[in-house]
Amino acid sequence: MEDWFNTLSQGLLLGGMYALFATGLSLSFGIMRLINVAHGDLIVLAAFAAIALVEPLAIGPIAALPIVMLLMAGFGYLLQRLFLNRTLGDDPLRPLLVTFGFSIIIQNVLLEVFSADMRGLDAGTIETASLPLGGDVAVGVYPLLVAATAVSVIGALQWLFYRTALGRTFRATSDDHRTAQLMGIDNRRVYALAMALASAVVAIAGVYLAIRTSVGPSDGPQRLLCAFEAVAIGGLGSLWGTLSGGMILGVAQAVGLKLDPGWGAVSGHLAFLLVVVLRPNGLFPKTRDR
Amino acid sequence: MTEAMDAAPACRIECGSRASRLAGALVLLFLMAGASMPFWAEPASLRALAEFFYVLALAQMWNLLAGYGGMVSIGQQAFVGLGGYTLVVLGLHAGVNPFLAVPAGGIVAGLLALPAGCVLFRLRGAYFAIGTWVMAEVFRQVIANITAVGGGSGLSVTRAVATIPTWWRQSLTFWCALLLGGGATFLVYALLRSRYGLALTAVRDSEPASASLGVSVRKVKWFVYVISAVGCGMTGALIFITKLRISPDAAFSPDWSALMFFVVVIGGIGTIEGPIVGALLYFALREMLGGFGTWYLIALGILTVAVMLWAPKGIWGSLVSRYDLRLFPVQRRLRPVDDERDATPPAVITAAPCAGTLKA
Repeated sequence: MEDWFNTLSQGLLLGGMYALFATGLSLSFGIMRLINVAHGDLIVLAAFAAIALVEPLAIGPIAALPIVMLLMAGFGYLLQRLFLNRTLGDDPLRPLLVTFGFSIIIQNVLLEVFSADMRGLDAGTIETASLPLGGDVAVGVYPLLVAATAVSVIGALQWLFYRTALGRTFRATSDDHRTAQLMGIDNRRVYALAMALASAVVAIAGVYLAIRTSVGPSDGPQRLLCAFEAVAIGGLGSLWGTLSGGMILGVAQAVGLKLDPGWGAVSGHLAFLLVVVLRPNGLFPKTRDR
Repeated sequence: MTEAMDAAPACRIECGSRASRLAGALVLLFLMAGASMPFWAEPASLRALAEFFYVLALAQMWNLLAGYGGMVSIGQQAFVGLGGYTLVVLGLHAGVNPFLAVPAGGIVAGLLALPAGCVLFRLRGAYFAIGTWVMAEVFRQVIANITAVGGGSGLSVTRAVATIPTWWRQSLTFWCALLLGGGATFLVYALLRSRYGLALTAVRDSEPASASLGVSVRKVKWFVYVISAVGCGMTGALIFITKLRISPDAAFSPDWSALMFFVVVIGGIGTIEGPIVGALLYFALREMLGGFGTWYLIALGILTVAVMLWAPKGIWGSLVSRYDLRLFPVQRRLRPVDDERDATPPAVITAAPCAGTLKA
């Protein structure tokens, strides 16, 4: 029984990490209907940016986080403004292939600059500390911190979306970009801002990932699949849905891993396929796919 | 409108041109000359050409699926890998001639495409694209858990392939590749000139509109999806006959999808000539830049992005829209019978395939 409780709590906390991966994708997909195939590679890029900054500046990973967020936000803004805005339209092929091209470019540039070595960030004792909950049950402090961050990031974005003028613009553009344009909204600017915001969240995911485990330049696609599955399970345009999607994925993987060590990742994928077969629009969709 | 019809009542629908008939004859001649190559060519050039033809086969299969069927898949490596593992089971475990794994790989891929399609066809657009990738991952991880086929680290198929004398092995590999590359191109061509081709492009351009005209959208999509799976499965088996070593990571690698994208997108998506041009360019670039390792992949990535942003029709598509040049014409044109040299250009009555209106 305690065994299963441990599995469940591990799964939920792992889900927090997945939700953090997925929030940026949920934003860009929700607002622009853009499936960014390079999303996972952006997470890895942010991780490597943090790794490159910590040593010369002699700062800890958490102190490097705001710098990486700013850098990634700028990168995301330019990426959307200069390239991705040109791909928007009724044809899903162009954004897919353009971002796929960027995925290949980012992976190989990272490989060229940082070599194929796995690297990580050192955050000190917090990485291994655990919190006993009585009996044999304990949870790691770091996974708890990750999950808490995911919840607060989503809470903050939720506030932005429903309480500010910028959020209203995002929601309007998401629901009907043509009408939004008629109301005087500059879509291209809104999209670039949304991508900057999404990339800032990607930066958080990247830094947390590099603290949790070591990362290599070709890790992006696996992160993308996790992120996409969490978004698809949760439903389009719903950030809390994305959080629950991440948790469902995490629990499915933890349970699969417990039953047989080889089947952890597969059971996550199977959970995703099961949900989309039963509910193609995800569990809690807020808006519809155009 | 009626007046015009009365004035020129004798019209016929035309699907070819002089250039296209000449091109067809040349291609046939070229293929026949090619088939005799094992008797006089160097093994190295046979190997290089075989690779060209199997890359062309993969590209045509993805082009059929995405460029004509409007189903953008990032997961065709699922079927490449299944073909490869059919080779393992038949060649190593059952001990039959490894080249029999080529048709068998197609059958296995086609059969497994049925349950995969049942799940994937519930998804649309971008969801479908990533869903196919997830499906390929599921296949990869399931195979990695089966120790009988080498588990996660894979195994060598040399033992199965080495039973065949060297000359025969090289020649059979080449002929299979020629058949797959040439066959895939011809299949797409013949399919598009048939009435199914009209239904297919109609579905790509608008599902509701084609459904309202009596096209069975589901049937058309299934047909294309299974054909593409069979083609990729057969090619996958052949690829691993030449590579001699297979592992789940190599067999189900998204790099196969990347390869198909590069070739089709740069050459011209939704055209039959495009993948040929793209494959030629791909091999030329690899010859020139292959020594630079990652820089070569970065260049291919930049080229894909640039083509998709500024010339979405690719090299061949851009040439076609400038010069009206078609070697494998698949669109129907209405021509008056009496006056062949009419000053006005013939009306194209089905939209020319173009990348601008894809819908999955």
